[in-house]
Amino acid sequence: MLRIQCPYCGTRDHDEFSYFGDATKTYPALDAEHHAQWVDAVYTRDNPKGEHLEFWQHTLACRRWLVVRRNTVTHDILAVMPARERPAAAALQRPAP
Amino acid sequence: MSTALPGGGAFRTAAGRRIDRDAPVTIHLDGRPYSGFAGDTVAATLLAHGRHLLGRSFKYHRPRGILAAGVEEPNALLTVGTGATTEPNIAATVLEAHNGLVLRTQNAWPSVAFDLMSVTSLLSPLFVAGFYYKTFMGPTRKAWMFYEHFIRKAAGLGQATELPDPDRYDWHHGFPEVLVVGSGPAGLSAALGAARAGADVTLVEQDFEPGGSLHGAAADSAGANWQAQLLADLADTGRVTLMTRATAFGLYDGNTVGVIERTAPRLADAARGVPRQRLHILRARSIIMACGALERPLLFAGNDRPGVMLSGAVGTYVQRYGVMPGKRAIFNTNNDAAYNDAIALARAGAQVHLADLRSVVDPALLQQAKQAGVETLLATAVVQARGAHRVHSCGLASFDAQSGQTGTAVRTLPVDLVAMSGGWTPSVHLSSHRSIKPLYRPDLCSFVPGGFDGGHFGAGSMVGTQTLAAAVQSGWDAARQAVQRCGRELTGEAPAAGAHISMAFASVGPLRSPKPVDKTFVDFQNDVAIEDIALAHREGYQSVEHLKRYTTMGMGTDQGKTSNLNALALMAARRGLGVAEVGTTTFRPPYTPATIGTLAGRSVRAHLAPVRRTAMHDWHLDNGGVMMEAGYWMRPLWYRSQGATLSQAYKAEMDTVREGVGIADVSTLGKIAVHGPDAAEFLNRVYANGFAKLPVGRARYGFMLREDGIVMDDGTTSRLSETEFFMTTTTAQAARVMSHLEFLLQVVWTSLRVAVASVSDQWAAMSLAGPRVRDVMRAAFPELDFSNEALPFMGVHDATLSGALAGVQVRIIRLTFSGEMAYEVYAPTHHGRAVWDHLLHSGAPAGIKPYGLEALGSLRIEKGHVVGSEMDGRTTLDDLGAAKMASALKPFWGDALRRSENLVRTDRPTLVGLEALDANEPPNNGAILFFADDEVRGHGRGHITSTTYSKAVGKAIALGLLQGGTSRVGQTVIAASPVHGRQYRLKVVEPCFLDAEGARYRG
Repeated sequence: MLRIQCPYCGTRDHDEFSYFGDATKTYPALDAEHHAQWVDAVYTRDNPKGEHLEFWQHTLACRRWLVVRRNTVTHDILAVMPARERPAAAALQRPAP
Repeated sequence: MSTALPGGGAFRTAAGRRIDRDAPVTIHLDGRPYSGFAGDTVAATLLAHGRHLLGRSFKYHRPRGILAAGVEEPNALLTVGTGATTEPNIAATVLEAHNGLVLRTQNAWPSVAFDLMSVTSLLSPLFVAGFYYKTFMGPTRKAWMFYEHFIRKAAGLGQATELPDPDRYDWHHGFPEVLVVGSGPAGLSAALGAARAGADVTLVEQDFEPGGSLHGAAADSAGANWQAQLLADLADTGRVTLMTRATAFGLYDGNTVGVIERTAPRLADAARGVPRQRLHILRARSIIMACGALERPLLFAGNDRPGVMLSGAVGTYVQRYGVMPGKRAIFNTNNDAAYNDAIALARAGAQVHLADLRSVVDPALLQQAKQAGVETLLATAVVQARGAHRVHSCGLASFDAQSGQTGTAVRTLPVDLVAMSGGWTPSVHLSSHRSIKPLYRPDLCSFVPGGFDGGHFGAGSMVGTQTLAAAVQSGWDAARQAVQRCGRELTGEAPAAGAHISMAFASVGPLRSPKPVDKTFVDFQNDVAIEDIALAHREGYQSVEHLKRYTTMGMGTDQGKTSNLNALALMAARRGLGVAEVGTTTFRPPYTPATIGTLAGRSVRAHLAPVRRTAMHDWHLDNGGVMMEAGYWMRPLWYRSQGATLSQAYKAEMDTVREGVGIADVSTLGKIAVHGPDAAEFLNRVYANGFAKLPVGRARYGFMLREDGIVMDDGTTSRLSETEFFMTTTTAQAARVMSHLEFLLQVVWTSLRVAVASVSDQWAAMSLAGPRVRDVMRAAFPELDFSNEALPFMGVHDATLSGALAGVQVRIIRLTFSGEMAYEVYAPTHHGRAVWDHLLHSGAPAGIKPYGLEALGSLRIEKGHVVGSEMDGRTTLDDLGAAKMASALKPFWGDALRRSENLVRTDRPTLVGLEALDANEPPNNGAILFFADDEVRGHGRGHITSTTYSKAVGKAIALGLLQGGTSRVGQTVIAASPVHGRQYRLKVVEPCFLDAEGARYRG
């Protein structure tokens, strides 16, 4: 029963959105020589307890991809931004505990 | 003092402040009528006629009666209604009596008074906890498989109907500022405070009347007057929505409470079209939980006998309904509150004893009891209730509160009612739904909420208040905090509440004579006795979660509301720990049973999911189309006009395409417009094969991969201009591909100047295929040139029609799925039917006929074209024999990981064709493939993905994935289908059964 504040449409029920997953990863160039980075981008996940950046798409409305900062314990949604405005790769990394 | 009133039953008194004596009602239980009054629950009506026995227990089939007066009732469960509206396991203590109500008792045959299964009671030493598992599960599951049917028949509660539910259910989303759960003293006070501060308040109450514990107050008492005053004050504020018959069953993320409101409590209401129940999803700024507390039973031998009730329930039946549950009663209590109930029953005319477990009691209270005619016995325990269908006597012994020991001398007192009060258990369910573990307060002998999330507040006996004044004050304090979150301020004082009796108590253990002659029950609904807890402890099931699962304690429709605390205390004592250390089991929604229909709301039958129909849908229906669901779409599977059965029709439809010309509705294909200066570059990255150099006016077949290198989808994309492309996807993957493209553009390649839009619904599409297709196209569109030069294979042509369809824009793509010469014709959806009709009309001389999905699928199998059965989310380009599609000139999405070690292993099954060796053994989908010399067991060497009959080959054929792939052409493999008990041989061939060189479609 989350409500997500879509920056384009306003606050909506989460069933208008589709969840995609971890938004802290950036994708390397397509070339095969980046295989190891691709393995990291696709498979390595932190599974944090607490704040988590994740992709959601507002599929049943504006179809924008969003980055949502959510607390995985309380399910509180702390921030929502268009995916296009996702911070640079370094800023996406979680601080060391 | 009081006299029985006509019509209301022999046990009806002049008291009873909440029934309408001018509105008599009659209910029927097992065919027998019982008269009562509006305002009664079914339990009140039955008790008014002296009826206690209402059921047989779950395991031992012991006679059981009414224990409580609310949702905690474990025993008095009835089946309500008949036919499609039948509802099993409804507590008689919450069900409102109304005319026409038809009820049945449960779990007894032939009747509750004479139940053949009660023989299990004689065998009860056998039927201990874990009995079923130990005896019937055995070392293998086979024994259980055999016995389960008989056991399930013998045990269990009521039976649900298997008929479709004819009633309607509704959903409502609400956004109160302050939501108050519970309308007892604390809830009323909280609601008034929040409303006085200017907040919009919703107050939900599960009962059909507000009041909570005040229902046990006497008419004209301080409590009753306070209740009336508060309700009037609440109404005066004009800010409180009071919702009765509304149960807050769960607390969820985002300050959301799920509430089920019984909007049609009477049969006639639902018949008028009123929704039977309504699910309210209430998102409040602040939530005040004032859920109250439930009375705890005492543990003595025979404490489950009909006529043993909770003390507070007795008080409620007397004061609220004017019903005497017994005429010779004994109360047994460890607290002051039961005195009120005893006094009420005595004033109603019963002969009442009160055994107080304590040796020291407030003299004023004793004096009040004496004045009302209650004979009080201090330091005395009820150690046994006797009687089968109804209590006829009880055993009394001395009790030492210090040691918790009962004396050995037992004297008998004839009674027809034993009322017990072992203190209270706060209803901490709602706050616990947020994974906040309850906290044990030794001073209260109770678990209270362990804390509250932001925006949640607790009040009243739920958080441990023990007097009316304290509950009222805590509600007011909660309101003050709750409105602060809404930017409001509460200034005034809490409403004054007079002196009220205290609920304070010290919990007691089992009250048993040294040699109890009967069982002592902890969980009435699941027949868990003290011995079962001891057994669980002995056998190592000591954690409360294990205890629960081993004994089934707390698992019934009542979820252990009366039993959990006693069970926890017993286990704690066995383990030598405090109750705090053993903890509670996990509380999960719903608080009381919820009807699945309510949770589904209107999303049932046709409203379960959207139905997508193509522009030609009605034509299919009018022309014998047998429709099937494909995702949300309806598609014609085959046409009755082409054959009497699916098997006959699809073969005839295949012949039409191979030998003449057929037309199929392919509107369900996903269609995506890809526009922008960088569109070609974008597609070049999305598809495994090259798209950058695709000329304008040409289409190309392509595969796209997932990021992990697995094939996502295939389809054809046409270039309409330098910057405009028209992509098609498979029906099944259309939505996923669309999201994928949007993700790539908005997240990964944000600098590409490309826009994508789904145009699936904008375009109707039809595929015309067969050797005579050109005749049809030329007849239909004489203004267009269909020569190989003008529209070559994989050519695209946008045209504006003239003639009958003047002005209609169509898109014609010459591509084939069936392997025949073929064209796809796209038309704007609103012209789709007209174009379809026009093609059929124009094609009549050429003998054009429709073909459905089954023929479409079979035609492609003959050509070895892959679909979702092969692109099953596990296969790579190599697996599908499409490795050469991957461009070596440019990288693409999925290119890096498709080279992962496990995706390039040479023993991965790859695409092959398979031919039946025996006409009597057609291959079946999903069969496991083995090499000829393999032992047939395990996961094999691959599996069959698609099968059909091929006229061209003259036998049944299949596509499959097989280790070694086409290097095994000519070999024989074994196909095994354990679920069908089949095993047969197939020959491996190339995965194209017809026209491998493509002469037929190149024309």
